[in-house]
Amino acid sequence: MKTMTEIVVPQLAESLVSATIDKWLKQPGDWVDIYEPVCEIITDKVNAELPSTVAGKLVQILVGKGETVPVGTPICIIETEGSGAAGLAEAPLVEKSEQKQPGSTPSAAIEMEDAPMRNRFSPAVQQLAAEHSIRLSDVPGTGLGGRITRKDVLAYVASGAANGSTVAAANAAMQAPRTVDAAAQVRSSGLHLTETPRLPKIEVEGSAGAGRGDNFIDVTPIRNTIARNMRQSVSEIPHAWTMIEVDVTNLVLLRNKLKDDFMKREGINLTYLAFLLKAVVNAIKDVPIMNSMWAVDKIIVKRDINIALAVGTEDSVMTPVIKNADHKNVAGLAKEIEELARKTREGKLTLSDMQGGTFTVNNTGSFGSILSYPIINYPQAAILTFESIVKRPVVINDMIAVRSMANICLSLDHRILDGVICGRFLQRVKDNLESFNLESKLY
Amino acid sequence: MAVIEYIDAIRKAMKEEMDRDEDVFVLGEDVGIKGGVFTTTKGLQEQFGENRVLDTPLAESAIAGVAIGAAMYGMKPIAEMQYSDFMFPATNQIISEAAKIRYRSNNDWTCPLVIRAPIGGGIFGGLYHSQCPESVFFGTPGLKIVAPYRPYDAKGLLKAAVRDPDPVLYFENKKCYKLITGEVPDDDYIVPIGKANVLREGDDITVIGYSMPLHFVEQAAADLESEGISAHILDLRTLQPLDKEGILEAVRKTGKVLIIHEDNKTGGVGAEVSAIIAEELLYELDAPIMRLCGPDVPAMPINPPGEKFFLLNKEKVKEAMRQLALY
Repeated sequence: MKTMTEIVVPQLAESLVSATIDKWLKQPGDWVDIYEPVCEIITDKVNAELPSTVAGKLVQILVGKGETVPVGTPICIIETEGSGAAGLAEAPLVEKSEQKQPGSTPSAAIEMEDAPMRNRFSPAVQQLAAEHSIRLSDVPGTGLGGRITRKDVLAYVASGAANGSTVAAANAAMQAPRTVDAAAQVRSSGLHLTETPRLPKIEVEGSAGAGRGDNFIDVTPIRNTIARNMRQSVSEIPHAWTMIEVDVTNLVLLRNKLKDDFMKREGINLTYLAFLLKAVVNAIKDVPIMNSMWAVDKIIVKRDINIALAVGTEDSVMTPVIKNADHKNVAGLAKEIEELARKTREGKLTLSDMQGGTFTVNNTGSFGSILSYPIINYPQAAILTFESIVKRPVVINDMIAVRSMANICLSLDHRILDGVICGRFLQRVKDNLESFNLESKLY
Repeated sequence: MAVIEYIDAIRKAMKEEMDRDEDVFVLGEDVGIKGGVFTTTKGLQEQFGENRVLDTPLAESAIAGVAIGAAMYGMKPIAEMQYSDFMFPATNQIISEAAKIRYRSNNDWTCPLVIRAPIGGGIFGGLYHSQCPESVFFGTPGLKIVAPYRPYDAKGLLKAAVRDPDPVLYFENKKCYKLITGEVPDDDYIVPIGKANVLREGDDITVIGYSMPLHFVEQAAADLESEGISAHILDLRTLQPLDKEGILEAVRKTGKVLIIHEDNKTGGVGAEVSAIIAEELLYELDAPIMRLCGPDVPAMPINPPGEKFFLLNKEKVKEAMRQLALY
């Protein structure tokens, strides 16, 4: 017997509301194995391959390439071979009649993240579902990891919800957990952002006007995401800006002393950025409000210090996250930086690499900047940049000395933060950086 | 109906069978004058005389060999191994002779023999007084193996074993002797060999076991009931031949099964029960088949913490049952 199963857009991250189909990897008629990617999707946070939840034949694509659809929307239908048990005959009919219901998006995939067992069906559950023509995505799971147990199916049958006439009831039941989620969700603004990014297509217009004409470059999805995030940030967050100057002469000496050994020992570069992150993290510990976000009626101060690191490529910028950065020493941070930079270059960042940032650091000095005005990585409270280290004559004790100096710039959400507190924070960063000396330890 | 101890039920069964049939006799180490090291045979020699209650030398292969010979000659011997740990010198007699004589002689000879052997630990007995040797004999066609848990079954199964025309290994749990009590009728009844028994009805999880660990299972099930977990408990009672229908029916009730025994996990009875379920009931399983057994270590430790680690107890059983229920 054959059963039709819908593949839906999963909730890849807590804040995601929609995703765009980038490319279909499978076409109607193709065989798909379980967990085999069927398409590539693009979201605000990450680009990912979407694996199939079942094995079977792809029979229909419901959402075309380039279209953006909300999380939970069915995007294709896969025909699976049933167990062949008695009573299965009606199951496909129910599936077919219901798959057109726009509201009846299965909650299964939505709960995937915190319910890893939601889509693991035991033989007993599958058999019962087939016998009673139940769509398992409608059945609430009470087992381990959200698993649907045999008893859940029996209870569902007993409740009468399995009958076709109660589609609405089933929908209501499915909506329930989502409503709870919505209530628990933190509101960050009144804006609603669903724009459809189109796929990149570069066209050269003909000689429409005078001169040599213009090139029109279609916006790529990642460009669109950056644009949207930047616009959301600057339009919602009242930015303020401040800068401080740091004497990193001792840090330069320290790094020069240690870098060759470090390369030999760890196989990676010992960058200034690692020291800066350490200094920033320690300063955040002293001024925790820097690690917060605006939530309209409250300010949420994050306990975890997860540093998002702006990593640029030729045509985009990503902000992978160093989780629990306060638990790591300088060497550990250096390794994390190296790892994330490598993943970014190779396009191998995973969703978990991108999630949970609470404060962003951008090493703008790496491309030669000496001063920059960063846009806050929404919805965080502040972003800090580390500018180029340059040798400058500096007056110390009424004498002129040549010192290695660097600027540190900070953009802040003025709803949360003010000058005094940010000044104190930057002073802590400065003190931390200047207190590195030849005796400082990496481990 | 009288409530008596497990050990009394065993003694009563022997007494009643010896009363009923003159061919029934008992032999073993210290079973006569002493009445057995556990007092299982106490009073039997006084009642039936030393020709029917024989004190033997400390030679288990001789006890088994003599009993096999007598059985082939038409007697109904009940041979006692003082501890099942001491049974291994008799293994060749049991496996190569007793188990095979009917087959080898094309039904000309039979061996209506019962070998009683106390199994199990938790009595500070260490290596030589705590073993569970079921798995050594379990895969031997031609042997029947019973392992009662309730006094009622202890009596009924021993009587059935005595009357069975083929060799039966009767594994009684020494920890049960005084610990487990229950109602046992005075009249002559038997518990059929090859039939499992539902100790408790439930619909969340099925627990299958035999012998002493069922005590923990029953306690744990009572505790878990207050947590809303309803356990269905099946006492195998007979290990060879296994009551397939009984097992399948019990598993069908819940689709989640936990198999428990004190014998170690690898190659134990639970492995076979699990295989039967997997062969017959794949489509009715709602969870992976779970086993909770003794660890695969060579012997029961004599030190109390080690013994505690080795043995099952109510808490270990309850935790496993809860895990399965939550799955």
